[in-house]
Amino acid sequence: MKLNIELRVNGETYPVAVEPYWTLLDVLRREIGLTGTKRGCDGGDCGACTVIVDGKAVDSCLVLAVWANGKAITTIEGLAGDHRLHPLQEAFIEQGAIQCGYCTPGMILAAKAFLDGNPNPTEEEVRRAIAGNLCRCTGYVKIVQAIMSVVETAARKGN
Amino acid sequence: MEETQVGRSVARVDALEKATGQAQYLDDVVQPGMLYARLLRSKCARAKIIRVDASLARALPGVKAVITAEDLPDTRYGPVIKDTPVLARDEVRYIGEPLAAVAAIDDETARRALGFILVDYQELPPILDVEEAIKPDATLVHEHGDKYLCVFPARKTGNVCSQTTFTTGDVNQGFAEADYVFEDFFSTQEVYQAALEPHGAVARRDGNGKVTVWTTTQSVFGVQATIAESLLIPTSMIRVIGTRVGGAFGGKVEAIVEPVCVALARATGRPVKLVLTLQEEMSATRPRHPARIDIKTGVKKDGTLVARNVRILLDTGAYADNGPGIAAYAAMCACGPYRIPNIFAESNCVLTNKTPSGAYRGFGGPQVTFASESQLDMIADKLGVDRLEIRLKNALENGDTNVFGQTLSSVGIKECIRRVGEAVGWGKTRSSPYRGVGIACMHQISGVMNACANVRLNQDGTITLQAAASELGQGCDTILCQIVGEELGVPMECVNIVTTDTDAAPYNWATCASRTTYTMGAAAKLAASEAKKQIFQLAAATLEASPADLVSAGGAVFVKGSPEKKLSFFDLGLVTHFVTGKPITGSSAVMIAEPGNAPGCVEGFPFPPLTAWVFGAQAVEVEVDPRTGNVRVLRAVAAHDVGKAINPRNVEGQIEGGFVQGVGYALYEEIVREKGAVVNRTFADYRSPTAMDVPLITPIIVEETDPTGPFGAKGVGEPGTVPTAAAIANAICDAVGVRIKDLPISSARVAKGVKNKA
Repeated sequence: MKLNIELRVNGETYPVAVEPYWTLLDVLRREIGLTGTKRGCDGGDCGACTVIVDGKAVDSCLVLAVWANGKAITTIEGLAGDHRLHPLQEAFIEQGAIQCGYCTPGMILAAKAFLDGNPNPTEEEVRRAIAGNLCRCTGYVKIVQAIMSVVETAARKGN
Repeated sequence: MEETQVGRSVARVDALEKATGQAQYLDDVVQPGMLYARLLRSKCARAKIIRVDASLARALPGVKAVITAEDLPDTRYGPVIKDTPVLARDEVRYIGEPLAAVAAIDDETARRALGFILVDYQELPPILDVEEAIKPDATLVHEHGDKYLCVFPARKTGNVCSQTTFTTGDVNQGFAEADYVFEDFFSTQEVYQAALEPHGAVARRDGNGKVTVWTTTQSVFGVQATIAESLLIPTSMIRVIGTRVGGAFGGKVEAIVEPVCVALARATGRPVKLVLTLQEEMSATRPRHPARIDIKTGVKKDGTLVARNVRILLDTGAYADNGPGIAAYAAMCACGPYRIPNIFAESNCVLTNKTPSGAYRGFGGPQVTFASESQLDMIADKLGVDRLEIRLKNALENGDTNVFGQTLSSVGIKECIRRVGEAVGWGKTRSSPYRGVGIACMHQISGVMNACANVRLNQDGTITLQAAASELGQGCDTILCQIVGEELGVPMECVNIVTTDTDAAPYNWATCASRTTYTMGAAAKLAASEAKKQIFQLAAATLEASPADLVSAGGAVFVKGSPEKKLSFFDLGLVTHFVTGKPITGSSAVMIAEPGNAPGCVEGFPFPPLTAWVFGAQAVEVEVDPRTGNVRVLRAVAAHDVGKAINPRNVEGQIEGGFVQGVGYALYEEIVREKGAVVNRTFADYRSPTAMDVPLITPIIVEETDPTGPFGAKGVGEPGTVPTAAAIANAICDAVGVRIKDLPISSARVAKGVKNKA
């Protein structure tokens, strides 16, 4: 028996009828049609499904859609502002941190959630923050460089 | 003219869509009325199928079709030996082999339906070990294996479905002349590609009976051919569209899910989506061949290599898949990038009752290189010769011959060795007693088989490049635009690349074997130059010059030395469409057929001639905890000869990513089996490296130009992962004096080794 919930995603409200056992990942991709969030392992180990819920990076395959009812959710589609990319997106593109791109949405959101609360981390802290996001293509080298470049640019601007 | 686009680290053409979540991967494809499919998989490693009863499953509400081998033509497919049925017929040969398929209104119903399919198995004793499989009285994994169609005269004996041997000189003579002979045994484990995106397909039959298949693949034409031969459909009725690939590394080069997905679409008359779960990815796709390697090397006391005898057993699982090619390639790599006058390399592709092994970055190279480069360090130490010097001493040079009897040019191995030695501080004392440095080298090819391309001048002078290379993350879409832009003299932003669609792009064999830059790059460059010839013919009249005096740059064609009198590509596009009425297309078909192999050098080789040899050297510094055996890779330098880096940042990305996969192979990754079943089927239990496991990597690009490559370029897709395990093993030995000859080098093995030494 489906339950009626409201998901607030990227500033918009989506009323949707869900089975109680559907995950947030299921509903974002299938019911709402936001396919930027990726299904990797479907078991909370790879981070490809990372979204931001109430400011925290969360594996959307591990939370039920009903739990997310009413919470503020950010997916990769909500990152770019009006005609402008988020600094992390720009850095990933410029630094060559994107190869196959499958880990990219989750990786960028994990980095964003971390930097929002820790604007001046060390490289070691950044690596720890994205340790839950697997990447098989890049070896993480240019991903870490991209995140650190955002940190450095923000520091120069005196943020 | 100076190159303006090739050789630049331009931003990738696919980066924006990937950074914004807009890129379309297979699971993002949705069709109206689409059904969801699941596969029923064998619980037995070896059994006769007595009966499959799907009547209860078919009756389940929401289930639209259940098919078994009975519903399919009796065919077998495979890239080399045609041994594989779409669904198991009469017999299952590995735990996980699919024998039935369900299509239902949602994934949950499909999954439930699997439990309602009743199968009677008559279990038989499986063969789970290559040493058992090659015994003369061993039961055959394929009773009628000698009846299978084979694309080349494979040398088969019992469960060895293909054997390749390379012979140079006379090994017995060589060993007789050697001052020392070293004999060692090495083994490597089962790992898999661990791409984040699983295998999947969506198949839809249109009103005229033509089937469209969306799939995540390294070869749209390979998938098309496999569907055609397994389901007996003409290729004119099959359109394959490759979606963006979320990582492949060889695992998506063969059609694993597409034929059964098409069969379900035809059975139901509705679009069907089939996406594998992680558990299926880890137990029923195509892992790397585990290897058992006996390597015997004869040397002079000054370190000169004089003879090598290698015997390789590769566990190819229950079906041959790309095993014969991998076995051949492993034998090819066994001598390393060195001058060895006497070689006998024998490589055996052995069937067992496990998941079929398949292509994975390096294609046999990583296994054999672990053995040969580890042994080379052991040899150097025994002789008292420096480990880097012994490699320089024996390294191939321009003019040397390789195992095919071909004369080599564009050999960059010495430069690679020197550069990593310098970068890692070779010879300097370590800052701590438990730190060590190791070096290892590799070589392989990067040009094989065929590729076609078309270059069209559009109505407004922009360009359409049709080239069916699959963008897997390696950046081929970008470099192909760079190559065409450079050749035509137009900004690459004006080049529209049409890739993985069998209806819309001409034939390309596959995106694998590090071949795309060299082979497809050559095809794209040739097609562009054909278009340019026609463009110059047309422009010559208006510019009152001969075509030989024309050049194109900056989006215009002009007479050499008189750039002010020009025709823009925009003008030319308009003229060809609306004045002459003859739009211009340049076409090409490139097939690597040279240089040929010397007679008698190789037997049982399943490929046409290979070329575009690439070379690499890697050095790593590790720190070992002597109590726990934990190994931390502190630093890495990796120098790879790529001929010419079309996009240096892309090349760095390939080296870095390949290296980290090599770290996983060396230290962390292993598919663990009990009685033939995979027991570690999550990323918590299969340790793919995380950002915390990875050191500072310094990629070094060496450019030993190959004049036969597009702008001098060769390939780099695989090399980054080939010597890594050996470099790490050598570094560990340097650090604590423990030599591990079996992968993975787990901390338990290291700790035990340290303890035994004490």
